[in-house]
Amino acid sequence: MAKKEQDKILDEVTKSDYKYGFVTDIETDIIGKGLNEDVIRLISSKKKEPEFMLEFRLKAYRHWQTMTMPKWAHLKMPEIDYQDIIYYAAPKQEAKLESLDDVDPELLETFNKLGIPLDEQKHLAGVAVDAVMDSSSVKTTFKEVLAERGIIFCSFSEAVQEHPDLIQEYLASVVPMHDNYFAALNSAVFSDGSFVYIPKGVRCPMELSTYFRINAANTGQFERTLIIAEEESFVSYLEGCTAPMRDENQLHAAIVEIVVKGNAEVKYSTVQNWYPGNKEGKGGIFNFVTKRGICEGENAKLMWAQVETGSAITWKYPSTILKGDGSSSEFYSVAVTNNYQQADTGTKMIHIGNNTKSTIISKGISAGKSDNSYRGLVKVTKNCEGARNFSQCDSLLLGDKCGAHTFPYLEIGNKTARVEHEATTSKIGEDQIFYCNQRGISTEDAIGLIVNGYAKEVINKMPMEFAVEAQKLLQISLEGSVG
Amino acid sequence: MADINTINKDFADLFNQGKQLLMEGSSEIMNENRSKAFQDFERLGVPTRANENYKYTNLIPAFDHPYNVNLRYLKVDVDLNEIFQCDVPELDTNMVLLTNGWFYGNNKQLLELPKGVIVCGVQEAAQKYPEIFNAHYGKYAKPGEDGIVALNTALAKDGLFIYVPKGVVVEKPIQVVNLLRSDRDLLATQRNLFVIEENAQAKIIVCDHTLTHHKYLSNSVTEINVAENAVFDLYTLQNQHLNSVILNSTFIRQDAHSNVLTNTISLYGGTIRNNHHVLLDAEYCENNTYGMYLMDHKQHVDNFTCIDHAKPNCVSNEHFKGVMDDEASGAFSGRINVRRDAQKTEAYQSNNNLLLSNEALINTKPQLVIDADDVKCSHGATVGQMDEDALFYLRARGIDEKEARQMLMFAFAHEIIEKIRVEALKERIDELVDKRLRGEISKCNTCAVACNH
Repeated sequence: MAKKEQDKILDEVTKSDYKYGFVTDIETDIIGKGLNEDVIRLISSKKKEPEFMLEFRLKAYRHWQTMTMPKWAHLKMPEIDYQDIIYYAAPKQEAKLESLDDVDPELLETFNKLGIPLDEQKHLAGVAVDAVMDSSSVKTTFKEVLAERGIIFCSFSEAVQEHPDLIQEYLASVVPMHDNYFAALNSAVFSDGSFVYIPKGVRCPMELSTYFRINAANTGQFERTLIIAEEESFVSYLEGCTAPMRDENQLHAAIVEIVVKGNAEVKYSTVQNWYPGNKEGKGGIFNFVTKRGICEGENAKLMWAQVETGSAITWKYPSTILKGDGSSSEFYSVAVTNNYQQADTGTKMIHIGNNTKSTIISKGISAGKSDNSYRGLVKVTKNCEGARNFSQCDSLLLGDKCGAHTFPYLEIGNKTARVEHEATTSKIGEDQIFYCNQRGISTEDAIGLIVNGYAKEVINKMPMEFAVEAQKLLQISLEGSVG
Repeated sequence: MADINTINKDFADLFNQGKQLLMEGSSEIMNENRSKAFQDFERLGVPTRANENYKYTNLIPAFDHPYNVNLRYLKVDVDLNEIFQCDVPELDTNMVLLTNGWFYGNNKQLLELPKGVIVCGVQEAAQKYPEIFNAHYGKYAKPGEDGIVALNTALAKDGLFIYVPKGVVVEKPIQVVNLLRSDRDLLATQRNLFVIEENAQAKIIVCDHTLTHHKYLSNSVTEINVAENAVFDLYTLQNQHLNSVILNSTFIRQDAHSNVLTNTISLYGGTIRNNHHVLLDAEYCENNTYGMYLMDHKQHVDNFTCIDHAKPNCVSNEHFKGVMDDEASGAFSGRINVRRDAQKTEAYQSNNNLLLSNEALINTKPQLVIDADDVKCSHGATVGQMDEDALFYLRARGIDEKEARQMLMFAFAHEIIEKIRVEALKERIDELVDKRLRGEISKCNTCAVACNH
């Protein structure tokens, strides 16, 4: 990276640690705090949902009430008071939007600040975006272009209205509502999200992207993404997140479901940059997300790539169920924690179909007083012949007050399986830094260089636009943690 | 099947009703620990699979059985010939015998031990050597964290006590033979304490044997303190019949510059659970933890290890290997804990498994919990089949497939056996493992009783 650019980044950083920390002053439709059946009915009626959705929500809520918060993660966190959260907040909009001109300029400004190409001018960027602020989808771009090929890309609420048959068929088919505590909560109160449907044999011509933003105070964000890739189709999907700086913790509990049919391929990339809290560990987002995909047909392929730099606490395991014979899945992750951030993240690969393959590459970087854990499961069921897995989890420690932990689970029930797991933990070699110093690179820059090289394997798997952003994020997140 | 609450309540009743007998003959410090541990047990209960550390081992069927409990030493007739059968014959050792968790009353005086070395029962040690005993008993095991350790501490009456004083080197290994022999189903509770003082050296070989076909549940806890510059080896050979359940918890604390090697070899047993805790409590310790398990039928083995690096500059190596056949199931859970400021730690861990049948199951969970930055830690785990290339190589040289597989399996297991630091024992185990892998010992080869397992 050029020196000038590097300086610019440094400059930005010294001014503000988290450049997305502003609040948009916009009229918001907010309901009262607390959670009960009436709130759920209210959310459902505000979204004008059909009866089956309300039933689904209420069933999930009743089940959630019987559950307790899981305790097994390697995390320290305060109790969450679920009655102290606002479950629905949406920017006020009068009528259905026909063109971009109808969107509140304040809102547009927000997304411009975030660098999201909502505006059609940014046609060249070639990314279709669904922007979600607080609980509501604000605007989806390029819908028409996509519709020509039969691709459906819209907000979840719109899909509920316009494609109820698809929703009814696939909703909760990968993540059942009783799956876990946060999945049940999300199923009960989820407000919006993205819906993607790629018909048979269609290759999606552009990257699809969702941008999530929490704006209102005291709210929780509960969105839901559903991606269906029919046979022989292909889609690459990106997701990005930011939130304002606030002193209290905010809850984000999302669900992502992906159905990949025979010979189809889905790439799902995440750059997660929720507000991580300040240097003393105050505030920040609790990011408790359930992400799961199923490779249903033969030779289906699902790839997860994630760069996790934000959130006070990240707790998520994007997983793949490899059901179709010959299906494969890859998981690439870079998780960076600094200050008082905590991350407990990893993946689950469930091998059911014969000759299924999975690869896990996880890179953890901890700095400051943070804790970074990799937790992953590789399961080979009894009747799954010829499964193959390779996992590699490396941790890099920058500082003597941080922690790096690895908790892999390997459950193997078939003798033809070949499963390997490797993990290492180390700090940046003094000889590597010395080598850079000798060539006139300052220690700070040298560390940036080494960290980037270390994460390269994962970042290379991301789409271009994201890779650049991810690289910048790495620099910013680690600023001030070394030296 | 009884539920866990009934089982826990039964134990509570047993404790309350048998309190008088339990307290009798035990020293004050044992009874103090007993009462405290019982409170822990009431809180924790027998661990269920909901407990993350017991995720892969269901203890309820093991505990759900009307066992008899001996709260007093009962004389057991032991035919010494029987024991010598079990003895590793070429091995020149000091042998002590324990029956059903109690120090055997007719143990011969071990005359060949160097001066000052004490080998006796725990009850006896508590009375005769209170200074040593009280300084160490209950100091290393953690009944507050594990229900079965709490249960052991609450019910413990006797076991083996070994003391090696400063600077004494015990050349001949001490061989401990644990016999389970009873005319009824039995819950045996054994509590051992080994104290190795500064600059001392000792090697202990523990063999577990069941002599009668009754159902056994053996719950033993061993506390070991290894002082500065001491060298200590512990070899455990588990070879019991399919109806037995072994719960074996070992707690080792190491002082500066000490060197400890443990090797746990599970050849046979219905359900085996080994809890292995090592605390590296001072600088420049070295710990080597090895283990091997060869399981078939419906046997289950679960090795749970925790190596805790509390101080800087220590080295630990951990390696477990397993061969699973038939419907056997196995679990390995290894945790390396590097505490804050335990800099310059080197910790390595690996677990390799061979699966020979489709009904066999292996769950492995190698974990690193690291809170210091200047460390070198790695772990690896593999599950797979035999290397087809190696097999082909052997077959191309005229070795038939069965023999070739045999050779490869043996080589796989040998890597662990190689680490044994007693030459004669190494040879003996090699032989046992070879036989075991050939299926020639379908049960404890020394068992004189022809039970049907």
